[in-house]
Amino acid sequence: MAATLPMTATATGDYRRRNARRLKLVLVGLVALAVALALDVSIGPGNLPLGDVLRTLVDPQSATPRLAVIVWDLRLPIALMALAVGAMLGLSGAGMQTILANPLADPFTLGVSAAATVGASVAIVFGWSVVPGAGPFIVTANAFVFALAASLILFFMTKLRGVSAETMILVGIALLFTCNAITALLQYRSNEVQLTQIVFWTLGSLARASWDKVGVAAVLIALALPFFLMRGWALTALRLGDERAESLGVRVDRLRLEILIATSLLAAVSVSFVGGIGFIGLVGPHIARLLVGEDQRFFLPAATIASAVLLSLASTVSKVITPGVIYPIGIITALIGVPFFISLVMSIRGRGV
Amino acid sequence: MALQLCDLDFRYGTTPVLQGLGTDALPRGELAALVGPNGSGKSTLFRCAAGLLRPERGTVALDGHDLSQLSQRERARKVFYLAQDTGARVALSVFDIILLARKSLHRGYALAASPEDTRAVEAVVEELGLAPFASRDIATLSGGQRQLAAIGQALVREPDVLLLDEPTSALDVRRQLDVMATIRAATRRRDIVTVVAIHDLSLAARFADRVLVMNTGRIAQAGAPAEVLAHEAVAETYAVGVHLEHSARGTLLVEPYIQVH
Repeated sequence: MAATLPMTATATGDYRRRNARRLKLVLVGLVALAVALALDVSIGPGNLPLGDVLRTLVDPQSATPRLAVIVWDLRLPIALMALAVGAMLGLSGAGMQTILANPLADPFTLGVSAAATVGASVAIVFGWSVVPGAGPFIVTANAFVFALAASLILFFMTKLRGVSAETMILVGIALLFTCNAITALLQYRSNEVQLTQIVFWTLGSLARASWDKVGVAAVLIALALPFFLMRGWALTALRLGDERAESLGVRVDRLRLEILIATSLLAAVSVSFVGGIGFIGLVGPHIARLLVGEDQRFFLPAATIASAVLLSLASTVSKVITPGVIYPIGIITALIGVPFFISLVMSIRGRGV
Repeated sequence: MALQLCDLDFRYGTTPVLQGLGTDALPRGELAALVGPNGSGKSTLFRCAAGLLRPERGTVALDGHDLSQLSQRERARKVFYLAQDTGARVALSVFDIILLARKSLHRGYALAASPEDTRAVEAVVEELGLAPFASRDIATLSGGQRQLAAIGQALVREPDVLLLDEPTSALDVRRQLDVMATIRAATRRRDIVTVVAIHDLSLAARFADRVLVMNTGRIAQAGAPAEVLAHEAVAETYAVGVHLEHSARGTLLVEPYIQVH
């Protein structure tokens, strides 16, 4: 007994070391987050010196009014919005991938974003609002309601047929195509101005950022992340398959529905705030999985942070390609995301995992 | 003090799988082997007993208490069913998944595992000889190693009833003997009811205290291995001849053969 004890002591030691390493990676991610934010705020039209920008952030009183306005009213909301939307999309994608046991699941593949686009298009083409008195927020409000409706349809259809991962993905894909068809129909009967607006909406742009939206997003993330983490062990158990998770006492159906609702809310809010931004919800969780593995206690925060950093970097890139021009960020994430995503998939296959 | 299944009916859609299935009381401290052809309903029986499926009729009682009265979590604490499929290939280590099995016994949302839990995992890692690959991701392991890790999940939960669906199917000869001996020892030591579905009749004869023969949704025969395996019910169930013999070492060997008419 005594002779073999060191062996198992090593197993526990290994486990602790691995956890410490994962925790360290999450903390490194937080540092990267701060760096990406600083970079995003300091770069942009106006060619402001980095020192001035940082000083304005720390001490707004000392700055000239022009500098204060550029940093605090223009750049900071956009930069924070990039982080917040990245975080929401990342957490949403990570949650969907876990409950659906499918690394390709995210708010886009399941039709939530497509539904938001239908809502936005309805507002743009007919000026018809589902939320009375939405005023200037009619497009955002419609997008949100439609995205939520899509999630509810997903929710009830799966409840009706039994909540298997396959059913949810099939219903999601059906929703995606239906919504795309409706959007196409609306585009067909819209005039040129409306068409431009719809296309701009589907591109996804951080230019729609505001302090109010940043606040709402921050509150939502602050509520959602603990909600997910509280279910961390159960979600990890789900990765071993439905039957094993059930044997371990996890109420699989209920867990899947709870996470579906939370992920849908995150996706609906982010899409209604900034439009469709693709690939972040796929790539962020993938990077997190490569770095910290599938233990959801580490994976969920890591996916949230990785996605936030990615979108923040994309926001910076969208400003430096052509000086003076800020490209819609949805284009950037798709352009960078696709090759990056494929290289990720190839590298995973190369390692035989 | 025992597990008893009574008059269970279950069907998938319109296909009846269990038809009035009942067992004698399976006492604590005993290892029962469940044998029967493919599709005879062994896994369905386990799922019903574990509460993963709800039988249309009949009861599953442990020590005289109907298990259907318990919540899923409570029932999962008492009865652990280890399915045949150990196929999930995920980036979790052997240690991770065994700890997960232990941690999910407790209520609550604590993120960290307690020292008691890690100690229990250590003990099982030791018992099953998992130490050499305890830190490796299960995705990188062989089928047999994954099966051992899954058995670790079963043992670490210390259930009252252990239902194992072909736990040795992917193991080498040495590991088969080790695992069956470990399971039997745990059954005795913890005074629990263990039922192992198994295809190897010799292995069943060697380690089981009793053998249950299942055929078309019923228990066709049950009792001590030497009696049951010699019974014509086994030959009928599998449509084979059965030759029994004691080896020079005194082990009961079962040789099934195909009868030529």
